Amino acid sequence: MADFWFQFLLALDSTLRVATPLIFAAMAGIFSERSGIIDISLEGKMLMAAFVAAAVAYGTGSPWIGALAAIIVSVLAGLLHGFACIIHRGNQVISGLAINILASGLTVIIGIALFRQGGQTPTLPKSARFNSIELPFAQYVADNIPILGVVYKELISGHNILVWLALASVGITYYILFKTTFGLRLRAVGEKPEALDSAGISVSKMRFQAIIIAGILCGLAGVYLSTATGAGFVKEMTAGKGYIALAAMIFGKWRPVPALYACLMFGFLEAVAARVQGAEFPIIGEISSDLLLALPYVLTVVLLAGFIGGVSPPRAIGQPYIKER
Amino acid sequence: MQTSRLPAYVDILIIPFLNLLTALFVAGIIIAIIGENPFTALSVMLKGAFIYKGGLGYTLFYTTNFIFTGLAVAVAFHAMLFNIGGEGQAAMGGLGIGLVALSLGGVIPAPFVILLAIMGSALFGAFWGVIPGYLQAKRGSHIVITTIMFNFIASSILIWLLAGMLMAPNQMSPETVSFADGVMLFKIHEILNSMGFSVARSPLNISFALALLCCFAVWVLIWRTRLGYRIRATGFSTKASTYAGYRPEWIIILVMAISGGLAGMMAVNEILGVQHRVILNFTSGYGFTGIAVALMGRNHPVGIIFASLLFGALYQGGAELDFEFQTITRDMVVMIQGLIILFSGALAYMFNPILERFFSANTPQKEMLDG
Repeated sequence: MADFWFQFLLALDSTLRVATPLIFAAMAGIFSERSGIIDISLEGKMLMAAFVAAAVAYGTGSPWIGALAAIIVSVLAGLLHGFACIIHRGNQVISGLAINILASGLTVIIGIALFRQGGQTPTLPKSARFNSIELPFAQYVADNIPILGVVYKELISGHNILVWLALASVGITYYILFKTTFGLRLRAVGEKPEALDSAGISVSKMRFQAIIIAGILCGLAGVYLSTATGAGFVKEMTAGKGYIALAAMIFGKWRPVPALYACLMFGFLEAVAARVQGAEFPIIGEISSDLLLALPYVLTVVLLAGFIGGVSPPRAIGQPYIKER
Repeated sequence: MQTSRLPAYVDILIIPFLNLLTALFVAGIIIAIIGENPFTALSVMLKGAFIYKGGLGYTLFYTTNFIFTGLAVAVAFHAMLFNIGGEGQAAMGGLGIGLVALSLGGVIPAPFVILLAIMGSALFGAFWGVIPGYLQAKRGSHIVITTIMFNFIASSILIWLLAGMLMAPNQMSPETVSFADGVMLFKIHEILNSMGFSVARSPLNISFALALLCCFAVWVLIWRTRLGYRIRATGFSTKASTYAGYRPEWIIILVMAISGGLAGMMAVNEILGVQHRVILNFTSGYGFTGIAVALMGRNHPVGIIFASLLFGALYQGGAELDFEFQTITRDMVVMIQGLIILFSGALAYMFNPILERFFSANTPQKEMLDG
């Protein structure tokens, strides 16, 4: 029993680690889509950021400079999306897809040109990464306080700063979206842009601002992948996480806190999938980890189809706004 | 779609060409930045795709894949549906071939197995397209999101089956046993060699003819049948389609079945033509390339054939880059593909204002008539 409890704690702990990039990206998706811009390009922005973070951190030796560069590149990719969708009124899905495909090609090409390691960056030394922060007294508390002490040591302590930032980003997203004028306008621009336009607020400007915030958040997701959990960039290292974040955002019905729960649930599924590989369970038998990993996608499809409560995306999503003259 | 005031030939020829040129120009700049000569790269690619021994065969082999996935995207586009699920539908098509070939191979004569396997690929692909179609038509879920999710689900199912109950015994990699003898398509070079021509070996097989046949069928369907008219009408305006009594929900479901079936048949080329067993990741992004192909080919079968040829040449020429350069690999092709989708898809109308000014200056009368 004690062993099971300990395993469960470790699973929760890795849930948090797996969920962190999903949380960043899902919040990015919320900002973008709430303003009316479909953001398939979460994946690509994350991938570019992961590469730049690792490459710059390796070059400068500082994870912070790497993070800054990554955020800048991710925002630039977002601006490209905006250039296509807002200024040229291009198809938002196609633009997002283009950025994703571009990212998977560019990161490898530039990676090979810079490092000649088949598209990887060299392994980062500990000093060029965001390392885990041991909270004070972790070991002492674990030894002396039953149950809660272990929770404190295994689950709460030992995460890097980005994990905390991801959790904070949910609260910040909630605050900005629902407690500020800016957030009110941002939500309005995704529902009824002509209302904002007639109030004298620029629809394009609002959407660009949303896209920039989304870029920053996607950048952080990428930074986390290559310089916090990972020690360098690996080809295609996002491996569909951007799409899972998209699913989590939809699952959370475009709201920050429910999206956080969805990220944690999807993260938990992944953490469990890694542990049940080949294990036999009473009654149910062997659980296929491959099918378990597909569960987020299946659940999202089922939810979208309206079988678990209704979902209504922002009303003006995907439609370029044409200002009346 | 944006209405354009440009002459038809500008819309059909000049704009795609300009978009392609822009994409290649940007790619050239990137190649120059990483310190290689873009013109050398281009010439290596062209030689690899058309001139080197067997190069053309490989180019046409890839072309075949892109025709199938490009047609799949185009058919859906005509109903204003964006099917990003080609990847998953093709994977399912491969599964369909595998199930037919593994269960019937050696039991009934090979030609029948092949025929049934081809039908299996179309049916499985269609099935994987119909579900998102149904969910869009009847439950209102967005087809883009559903098809993305279905790509991942298909991939998981394939991994699960190939590493589980379908996995060949005494094998380390997740793949099925080879199909029974004779359950494979004729290679073009074998046919030509038996006729006395000397042709280099390549994986090009008779699926290429099947792909061209599908092009013709799609052309007939979209422009020469009542159903095609209804499909285009639904794409143009769901309201008008409803008013005309076309029942757009059913058209959406039907279009997604056709689209999925076409994507599924891509597996005929890869699995029945070359691998003769089901392997993992045989779709390797061809489904996504189909989007670029359809965009470049303006959703018309003839355009799709040319766009597929372009991408086929890019893929085969891209493989050549691996040998000739240290710093450029076939990932360059992925990047070019991204640029093409960007410029001929998302930024398709970037040049319109400039071109409109240019062409309306040349044809003042038309401008007056319009105005």
